[in-house]
Amino acid sequence: MNKTLTIMTNEFLKTIRRISFIILTLALPLLGFASVGIYNLISLTGGGGDTTPSTEITAVGYVDNSGHFNDYHTQGNIVFELFNGEDAARQALLAGEISQYLVIPPDFIESGVIARYTTNKELEPPSYLFTALHGFTTTNLLGGAVPDEVIARILSSSGLATIQLDPNTGEPSEDQSSYINFIVPAIFSIFLVMALVFTSSYLLSSLGEEKENRVLEILVSSVSTRQLLAGKVLGMGAVGLLQVLVWIVSLVALIPLASSSFGGFLSGLQVPPYFWVLGVVYFILGYLVFAVLSAAVASISSSLQEASSISSIYTVMAVSPMWFVSMMLLHPDNPLWVALSIFPFTAPTMVLMRLGLTGVPGWQIAVSLTVLAASVAGGLVLASKLLRAYMLSYGKRPGLRQIWRSLRNS
Amino acid sequence: MDSSTTAAESRAVEVSRVTKRYAVKTAVDDLSFGVNHGEIFGIIGPNGAGKTTSIRMLMNIIAPDSGTVSVFGEKLSERTKSRLGYLPEERGLYKKQRVIDSIIYLASLKGVDRRTATARADKLLAKVGLQEARGKKIEELSKGMSQLIQFIVTILHEPELIVLDEPFSGLDPVNTELLKDMIHDLRSQGRAIMLSTHQMSQVEELCDRVLMVNRGKAVLYGDLTQIKSRYRGNSVLVDTEGSLAGVPGVTQSVRRKEGIELKLADGTRPQDVFGWLAAQGIAVNRFEITTPSLNEIFISLAGRKSSDE
Repeated sequence: MNKTLTIMTNEFLKTIRRISFIILTLALPLLGFASVGIYNLISLTGGGGDTTPSTEITAVGYVDNSGHFNDYHTQGNIVFELFNGEDAARQALLAGEISQYLVIPPDFIESGVIARYTTNKELEPPSYLFTALHGFTTTNLLGGAVPDEVIARILSSSGLATIQLDPNTGEPSEDQSSYINFIVPAIFSIFLVMALVFTSSYLLSSLGEEKENRVLEILVSSVSTRQLLAGKVLGMGAVGLLQVLVWIVSLVALIPLASSSFGGFLSGLQVPPYFWVLGVVYFILGYLVFAVLSAAVASISSSLQEASSISSIYTVMAVSPMWFVSMMLLHPDNPLWVALSIFPFTAPTMVLMRLGLTGVPGWQIAVSLTVLAASVAGGLVLASKLLRAYMLSYGKRPGLRQIWRSLRNS
Repeated sequence: MDSSTTAAESRAVEVSRVTKRYAVKTAVDDLSFGVNHGEIFGIIGPNGAGKTTSIRMLMNIIAPDSGTVSVFGEKLSERTKSRLGYLPEERGLYKKQRVIDSIIYLASLKGVDRRTATARADKLLAKVGLQEARGKKIEELSKGMSQLIQFIVTILHEPELIVLDEPFSGLDPVNTELLKDMIHDLRSQGRAIMLSTHQMSQVEELCDRVLMVNRGKAVLYGDLTQIKSRYRGNSVLVDTEGSLAGVPGVTQSVRRKEGIELKLADGTRPQDVFGWLAAQGIAVNRFEITTPSLNEIFISLAGRKSSDE
């Protein structure tokens, strides 16, 4: 066990010092921070698509030809300033006393259209002006006629609380998550797939290099092939967990910096605790199953390049459940999804995605986890046998029949 | 010696009737030998004779088809692995890693802590004159230098049994001598050393006992001095400025670089020749009973085997 731990520590430290690992791990958060930074920068510097109101008081002129708008001039940070005619309003605009002016037509009640005049070039009026104008028109039209709380209700948008009922009992379901909660499993699945692919490739290259550098013979004179593989797999697993941890922490740090609407959207998510537990369990088992397969591939491959091309076949399997998202929404009960939830190479991504979309029955999770755990144990035995049989083979990659014979003889 | 060496471990290595067959040939055929504590044991034979396969079976890297191998009186286990050092024929180290890091990591797998490994590594690097290579990457070193580093890795954990497969190949004469001195030092510390080589002259210089293999089979096994004495021919080598014509009991005389070899007839003893030379007043610079080299013994044995087959 000590030797396994020594190998694990060495692999972990060696990999996290690699330039490629540092770049890959930091690239995603840096990209996220850069995107948010650029977005916020554009928002702050203004422009046509400015959707956030300034904290300063903005004066907006208006000419009222309808005779309905004499009061409630202050709406948030916007102050509506009355002008007696369009000429006066235009002169005030050109003098910079107001930012823009509105002309309310006599038939506003019928048409609902207001003309807006501005000196700025913009794609569309800023959204905060709509909010202020909605408050201004509503309060002026209804003020005094209906109670203030009614006006306040009209101005506030109505909320919609959806309650899912259990189709069998008719009672509110314990799991009140909605499709919107798919976002967390989706992010988790993407992180999982990326970490699987990266760490498996590190494992592949680590073992491939040792084979190419002829170090394996020295290593197995100190440790067993099983200890060697277990140490490598665990070391790379720790690398993968560190990578995902960096991404998750970055995501958590990124949310408050992102737009308030996105932040609000995320805060509305309901992710049940069992999802986090299953997420971690599937991540670990999923990684282990891919890691032992990578170890087996590296054992029989004659070069690192050859091992990498073989590994691309099974890494595609980890990604494949993502291709079926829309199909899963349309046909949530298709038996194919059950099969993919149990097949060890697609199970981690498939189960996590189904948890967010449609839910997964307990028995399927139990079978899936059992198959994954058994695959890891069997895979480790298989990989260590292959490593022992082929660590000294540097020539042509053995055929399937030869591999089978080696496994039977070992 | 380590206190873990018990009386039961009468031999460092005991190989009994091992055989390894591949698809088209038998690499090792019913081979048996033992290595004692405190001796240098050599496996010799031409390329492809089965030396490396035998060593790999000993190291449990290849499983024998039949026969048994025991190290320190038991089957090779994780515990016993820490008590032996192995220099494989296929040299290899982590090319991108620094020399000192490689040494420390590989020593840690033998149970040596970082501090001890660093201290011992510095001492051994100084001994082989490679202190300056300490912080270099392995790929920056010459083949001979990296081979010395690998030798340091093999002995740093102070193993009781050291297995060296072709230890001198690729080394220049200076480093070859350095390595031989270090091997002698290790034997004087009581360690068992087993080495394989196809250069028989190296074995004659170093080994106490040998196993000679050809085509996977043992052709000779035992104490080197006794073997040479057993295969000693009835001839003497004489270096003299006088004439050797008419020496009684001589069937043939052959001129050699070191002098003239006189082949003696049956019943003629070397001391008879020496007595005759003294009686004749012939000044003798050198007189020795000729012993065949291992190479000559091998050629005679391999030739006999071939003719037997």
